[in-house]
Amino acid sequence: MTVTDGAITAPEETLALPAGPVIANRPLGVFTRPQGNEGWKSWLFTVDHKRIGVMYGAAAMFFFLVGGAEALFIRLQLATPDGSVIGAGTYNGVFTMHGVTMIFLVAMPMAAAFANYLLPLQIGARDVAFPRLNAFSFWCFLAGGLLLTSSMLIGGWFQNVPDGGWFNYAPNSGVLFSPHKGIDFYAVGLQITGIASLVSSINLIVTVLNMRTKGMSLFRMPVLTWMLLITQFLLLFAIPVITVALFLLMFDRLWDANFFNVAAGADPLLWQHLFWIFGHPEVYILVLPAFGIVSEIIPTFSRKPLFGYHFMVASGIAIGFMGWGVWAHHMFTSGIGPLAVAAFSVSTMFIAVPTGVKILNWLGTMYGGRLRFTTPMLYAVGVVSMFTIGGLSGVTHSIAPSDTQQTDTYYIVAHFHYVIFGGIILGLFGGLHFWWPKIFGYMLDEGWGKAAFWVILIGFNFTFGPMHILGLQGMSRRIATYRADEGFAFWNMVATIGAFVIAIGVAMLLWNIYKSTRDWRRAGRPDVGPDPWDARALEWMTASPTPEHNFDSEIEVEGLDEFWHRKYGKDETGRVVRAAPTSEVAHDGSNTKVHLPSPSYWPIVLGGGILLVGYGLIYNLWLAAAGVVLLVASIYGWILEPPDDPEAAGHDEDGHDDGDGHGDADSNGDSAEAEEEAATVG
Amino acid sequence: MADTMAAEATTHSPHAEEHHTSTGISNEKLAMWVFLGSECLLFGGLLSVYMFNKGRIGPTDVGPNDVFDIPFTSVSSFVLLMSSLTMVFAVSAIARGNLRGNRIWLAATAALGAIFVAGQVYEFTAFYSEGLGFTTNLFGSAFYSLTGFHGAHVTIGIIMLMTLFVMSLRGNLPQQRAETVEIIGLYWHFVDIVWIVIFTIVYLFPQ
Repeated sequence: MTVTDGAITAPEETLALPAGPVIANRPLGVFTRPQGNEGWKSWLFTVDHKRIGVMYGAAAMFFFLVGGAEALFIRLQLATPDGSVIGAGTYNGVFTMHGVTMIFLVAMPMAAAFANYLLPLQIGARDVAFPRLNAFSFWCFLAGGLLLTSSMLIGGWFQNVPDGGWFNYAPNSGVLFSPHKGIDFYAVGLQITGIASLVSSINLIVTVLNMRTKGMSLFRMPVLTWMLLITQFLLLFAIPVITVALFLLMFDRLWDANFFNVAAGADPLLWQHLFWIFGHPEVYILVLPAFGIVSEIIPTFSRKPLFGYHFMVASGIAIGFMGWGVWAHHMFTSGIGPLAVAAFSVSTMFIAVPTGVKILNWLGTMYGGRLRFTTPMLYAVGVVSMFTIGGLSGVTHSIAPSDTQQTDTYYIVAHFHYVIFGGIILGLFGGLHFWWPKIFGYMLDEGWGKAAFWVILIGFNFTFGPMHILGLQGMSRRIATYRADEGFAFWNMVATIGAFVIAIGVAMLLWNIYKSTRDWRRAGRPDVGPDPWDARALEWMTASPTPEHNFDSEIEVEGLDEFWHRKYGKDETGRVVRAAPTSEVAHDGSNTKVHLPSPSYWPIVLGGGILLVGYGLIYNLWLAAAGVVLLVASIYGWILEPPDDPEAAGHDEDGHDDGDGHGDADSNGDSAEAEEEAATVG
Repeated sequence: MADTMAAEATTHSPHAEEHHTSTGISNEKLAMWVFLGSECLLFGGLLSVYMFNKGRIGPTDVGPNDVFDIPFTSVSSFVLLMSSLTMVFAVSAIARGNLRGNRIWLAATAALGAIFVAGQVYEFTAFYSEGLGFTTNLFGSAFYSLTGFHGAHVTIGIIMLMTLFVMSLRGNLPQQRAETVEIIGLYWHFVDIVWIVIFTIVYLFPQ
């Protein structure tokens, strides 16, 4: 059931305001809901999954520039032997923040941007299951991200920055070895982004399981939806493990617990286990959304259905399970014993199989297809090729004796950058170009887009390709300088030049966004149409940019690639022919009677409360107490606010607002029940 | 299928509306189940940390055998388990439309939970006076973290039960919202089940 259903069958009824005294829905001024859909308020208080998705994307791009600047400082420091651009201490902070930023504040939220924007659209839903919780996830993520990033500025430039690496091994992370507050920022900041991810995962899992449109069985869902669903399950089970680890670290640092206190008999290996039990599923949390994006782009520009859809989904699920059984391959040199090393070595070799299946299926999709090398397609092909290189060097790590030689060298750095940059970031950039017209209603310039792609791809290979060689020559990771006589100078200089080429490519990408927007405005904002790429999934079946209510009416799905099959059929000879023009198939967004959930003040206030608690834990517990008060107050404000504002136009009567789901009271016109809506729990 | 749906809608109409989801389970209840799945890993992690660390103490340190008072904790565990029974009564009462019964059993559940938490506070105080602080040794850190996290969960549960109680007093918890009580009940039972595991592993396993 969706709201659109109700709107079509009984629009008058759903439009009707609740009978009885309207004041009953507004017990206190503070419990009213914000109104209006314009200006800054429409962003701060929004519960629309599309706006939240855009905000995730914008925040991720901002942090990408921060993390990218950090990367350039690393490369400047290492460009020449005995580098002195930034000192060794700052260097530790810069490479730590580069890793933490790129993983937790770029790759994850950028995937969350696509998840938020596209998941409801791809399953034909009106919004996510809990719109307010969705908004809270974003503000909570932003709070964690700002707290982490602020560590670079607070108390002096890079004085209190996390500097233990993104893995932050104990006992180096203890107060004894890291007396400044950097590690506290790491522990608290990641804890907060973890809450955001956990809440978001619950929300999106319920959305996919519960809010699919009529006929959208699990095996009719697009592969992107499947990959995002698997990602959310991985988050659901991986986040609590890092939560435990971060709590232990916090207890040790703030309240003198002994979990990683070697003098008290602790075994610091505990941190490594907890961290990597989270950390390896995290790798798949990062990469599966990119796989999903590639699986949407390649069939579209090959004009073929995805080759082996069921195998594709099954291999994703297999990765989801096997991802839990490989964590100790990060610890082959930690002294975990030969049996454990052998077991994890074998399981690591096995997990390459489902990944290989995916590569094969993408190639099978392209094989014999009518390929169109648009910008998104170039990025997708870039992922297939670059990720394969990273995957192959990953398989070499599964052989423990070989890994023992490679551990902590630049070979590892080369490997995971081919996976994370070559696989994930390229995939996300491809998605950015692919869905940009859907999200904003105009195309990005193809010429600049392709140029930026090639510059990024070439720069990427010049940066990280040489690191394979440096690693095999024995250059260590996380070392701020090297001597001239070690023979590392040439390839380091190449890598540094490559990094700046990437920076030029990213600047071209941003210029493309600016230029395309400007040109579109100058040309009088021409309509790009709902389906500029001739694509396959449901999100293309509504107007661009997506209207606030998504679809005009509930879609009944009869098969995989529903939208495609409505556009194309087969003639007697089996040739694919156009069955209907897109304009007939797609919705034009004209149904303004669909009711939407009201915006809310509380998600951002709750996020602010959590930010206060975060700083409070690090600096002053009284501040934390104030944060807790704000937090509790906003939870009760959240519970007590009316499900929607009777004075606002176009809001959801059907209770797809989180915590209530009993919005039917309004349409019953029962004022007593409407009053009950004023106080809800959940 | 459609027929049974329609029939259901006519029998208890306002409540049936919200079950029109793909799985047939309401969003709120499914979200609670999913959340509890995540909580399993949280307590699983904390229990692992405890088992990993409980023996890592010196021969003269305060250890489990020096502080545990199994009869006392058995009684408070029994109290907590009984609160699951009263929770069931509360859910059953509101499902039948017995709002007063619902309030009584909600209050009883919260009270039993509070007795458990009070017992835990007493226990912590007693252990502290016997020389086991949070920072004393690894056993202390791990024990207080594990049981403290559980106690915090019980406390949050009590707050939610009291909120339901006050809502019911104000007439905001009618029979149509029985599922809200049921969902809080899921959380409460989960916290009780976790305690069975913690009690067995922490107190009853030979040290």
